[in-house]
Amino acid sequence: MTTFSPGGTTSSSRGCKPPEVATTELTKPRRGDLGVSCVRHASPTGLDVRRCYISWGSRPRLLYSAAPRLKTRATVLDYLLLTATVLAVVPTTWAQDVPEAVLKAEQQRIEAVQRATKSAVAVFTADGNGGGSGVVISPDGYALTNFHVVVPVGDYMQCGMADGQLYDAVLVAIDPTGDVAMIKLFGRDDFPAAEMADSDDVQVGDWCFAVGNPFLLATNFQPTVTYGIVSGTHRYQFPAGTLLEYTDCLQTDAAINPGNSGGPLFNAFGQLIGVNGRGSFEKRGRVNVGLGYAISINQIKHFLGHLHSGRILDHATLGATVADDEDGHVTVSNILDSSDAYRRGLRYDDELVSFAGRSITSANDFKNVLGIYPKGWRVPLAYLRDGERHEIHVRLAGVHAREELLQKLKESPVPGSPKEQPRPGDEEKKPSEDKPDEGKSHPETEAKKVPEEFTQYIEHRNGFANYYFNKLNRTRVWNAFHDAAGEFLELKGSWTLTGQSADKGTLTLELSDTASRIENEASQVELTADKDLAEQLGPVGSGGMLASLHLWRRMLVEGPDRFGDVVYLGKAPVPGREQLCDILVGTFDVVEITFAFDPADGTLVRLEMAPDSDVDPCEIEFFDYRETSGRKVPHRLRVQHGDQLFLELELQEVQLTEAEKVEA
Amino acid sequence: MSNWVDTVSIGLWNCVKSIQCCVLSTQYAVPGTREPSETRLYRSAILTFALLGSALVANQSHAANEVQSFSSTVGSVQPKMVKLYGAGGLRGLEAYQSGLLISADGHILTVWSYVLDTDEVTVVLNDGRRFAAEILGSDPRLEIAVLKVDATELPHFELSSAVELQAGSRVLAFSNVFAVATGNEPVSVLHGCVSANTKLSARRGAYVTTYQGSAYVLDAMTNNPGAAGGALTDRQGRLAGLLGKELRNSLDNTWLNYAMPIPELDASVGQILSGTARVRSEMAERRKPIESVDLTSLGIVLVPNVVAKTPAYIDRILPDSPAHETGLQPDDLILFVNDQVLNSSKQLRSELEYIDRIDEVRLLVQRGQELIDVSLFVE
Repeated sequence: MTTFSPGGTTSSSRGCKPPEVATTELTKPRRGDLGVSCVRHASPTGLDVRRCYISWGSRPRLLYSAAPRLKTRATVLDYLLLTATVLAVVPTTWAQDVPEAVLKAEQQRIEAVQRATKSAVAVFTADGNGGGSGVVISPDGYALTNFHVVVPVGDYMQCGMADGQLYDAVLVAIDPTGDVAMIKLFGRDDFPAAEMADSDDVQVGDWCFAVGNPFLLATNFQPTVTYGIVSGTHRYQFPAGTLLEYTDCLQTDAAINPGNSGGPLFNAFGQLIGVNGRGSFEKRGRVNVGLGYAISINQIKHFLGHLHSGRILDHATLGATVADDEDGHVTVSNILDSSDAYRRGLRYDDELVSFAGRSITSANDFKNVLGIYPKGWRVPLAYLRDGERHEIHVRLAGVHAREELLQKLKESPVPGSPKEQPRPGDEEKKPSEDKPDEGKSHPETEAKKVPEEFTQYIEHRNGFANYYFNKLNRTRVWNAFHDAAGEFLELKGSWTLTGQSADKGTLTLELSDTASRIENEASQVELTADKDLAEQLGPVGSGGMLASLHLWRRMLVEGPDRFGDVVYLGKAPVPGREQLCDILVGTFDVVEITFAFDPADGTLVRLEMAPDSDVDPCEIEFFDYRETSGRKVPHRLRVQHGDQLFLELELQEVQLTEAEKVEA
Repeated sequence: MSNWVDTVSIGLWNCVKSIQCCVLSTQYAVPGTREPSETRLYRSAILTFALLGSALVANQSHAANEVQSFSSTVGSVQPKMVKLYGAGGLRGLEAYQSGLLISADGHILTVWSYVLDTDEVTVVLNDGRRFAAEILGSDPRLEIAVLKVDATELPHFELSSAVELQAGSRVLAFSNVFAVATGNEPVSVLHGCVSANTKLSARRGAYVTTYQGSAYVLDAMTNNPGAAGGALTDRQGRLAGLLGKELRNSLDNTWLNYAMPIPELDASVGQILSGTARVRSEMAERRKPIESVDLTSLGIVLVPNVVAKTPAYIDRILPDSPAHETGLQPDDLILFVNDQVLNSSKQLRSELEYIDRIDEVRLLVQRGQELIDVSLFVE
């Protein structure tokens, strides 16, 4: 038997064994190890049969075989043919084995997974016996997880990350209805943070992957990655007997198992598109059956500012219910006359066309849109009546009354989502079966385990998940305002503002601690501070302009610490501004007043005051900040009540006086 | 991007395979001819280069033509899917399943199940339109049914152009699983591979199933409430199978994810559509044989015929009878005789009068949850 190779080396052997394949490496060893060889062996008929093999991987494959030949030496033709064939076939066979594009895509996927997994968090209770997953979203360590993950974990937790480190973390805020919670990790100021995508761009069929801590496997903190496709978008998942409602969520067939809760769902580029939290579990115990649900990151973006506030967040309601028919008409089936939507003109039987910029063709569409906004947001709404299109902006009320939500939280079982330990049964278990978990949820029992150095980051207050973070942001917003406008503390004397308005002539405002006054040539309105402000809502038609400005002065001179009760609400949209504004809410007597601050320059851009949530507030916008006595004071005011513009005032003179020294 | 890569890789794979084929066939052709070997070698070389060239060109155009995103494939299939709502609603008996449109005029293929066992089956199309469905017919062996809604110009699958899959083929599974999609929401889609192309009959004893034909075993989780009747497609969105009903391996209690290949169902669907399925034409003249089969000769004693439509339940089996030999048992319910559906024991008696004693008597009986085919000969 003779073998020969393109290199021309020959060797002989005897016998009639199957051909031994001589392989000549054409390339350095690499994926799909490739070689070409020619073999000549004696056939039983006595004629030589030459075969040319090409090999990749471990197995030689026949390229061509030349029929019985009499010559024993390789001909020039053989070499030519072989070379040409090899040249022609090699690139193709390489590509067949692992095409360039596949290698590239694989590399991209590996890179996406590597990059994305760095931000994943394995959440563990202080004793290590429970937990879930999370994802870091900012370098200073703020991370998202599920409400139902933090419930049994409590105020303090330990978080493993892919760098192999265990970080201490505390609870920041919870959104029980949306099943979202925010935690803060300590120990670094350069945490790897996930990049957020626009989850409305996600399409069914897109590749995606979930990263997390299923079955609490990540004892070495290395997260588990499961790959799949997006199976559905804008899904609505009923609360199923608990507080949790998954609206507008993403559905995936990437495996979501108990312990994946709170972990990130990434798109193929490793960008965050959602937070995993739920699965359809039936018949097979609490393990993946190919349907997992993730809260869309766009919904969480709306709540992000609020989550930094340390509060227990509430979702929104329109104050109206809708009904749909199969032709895609969605009509108002019931509406509260105390709702903002009613005051803006929406009535029974009006046909909803669009809501928050999305077209509405089913009741689920409506619920999907409603579910992604926090209480208090203003969104556009368009409706048809008698064929005519009306466009309004409605302020969304809270789903729950303040105490109602807290009460529900106490009563509500740990919601029926992936339990961190698999167990038989499914999510429709009776609440009583979940009661054993509830004992863990009381912060008091967990508080004992908080290390000394972290107790300073945890502060309990009714209505808050962690009041520490509310104070942190309240101070941040107020300090920014100070930096922008100056210190008003010493200016406790009376303030006199004089200005011109188009229809009300020259107006003079006098504001002081005890009484305030507004007058023009025709009339005068007064207010005394020791009487109920809710009863002094003049001038008529303003909704309480005088009281609003009275409280505005009080806020500036007293600051949030002495104003009354002032909390940081979070970030919310403000009419006429593209950026979300920082919101402080002050309560004075029964009157609630909100202050909106521009996060870019720290200035106060707007306030709204209402004695009751059932009536339209008085809205005052501040423009044209100018320097007066070393402070920056707005010189143009715009006052609106309901749909009516009440006043536009250009200030000509602003006098802010210091308090008279009281002689002892 | 990834889809493009797959298309390219598949294209290349096909291309290379075709080259190998041609080269090999050239080689095999050689011994049978008398041409000089040099000429043959030249010919094979020319052929090889020609093929290589054309294959590469074809491959490029193939890739260019089929560059479509995965999500657009999904989008092209979903309008052909329907959601079905019918009987059920009790725990463990979900009142919904899936179906797929097989004609522009509203014919729907789905699995036969208790969901259809009602006068009011509602079909919801992908665009949210709702229709009351008429059940045209069913095949109890395959456990499939064909429904019809009163609509036209619907996007649909052509059963005749269904593709066949190999183990390893990548697939998509579309269904109304868990009824998560409501109204005009598109049905859910899962991805996976064909793990095996096998016959369910090989494991018949382990499964409570009447379908015994071939099946695609899938690694996608298709064995879920509501998924039955859904579509299995390849990655180009071409129909390959009908997602089967929930089956469980009674030995180890695991669930089986599978789909029935469309070619297995095609003939039966055709029969249902043409009205010949399992129903003897009323028009054809029937003649009774001189000596016909009767229950006694088969060895079957039915329960007493006490009501207008007494079901054909077996009361007793006579010893040493053909029925005894085939293993028929008391309490078996006879559903079909020689493909004729029965609605009463009276009808069974009359049907038997048309069967000659020398002919085969095929019975389809229900025993518990199982359907059993038996064949009996009197003589």
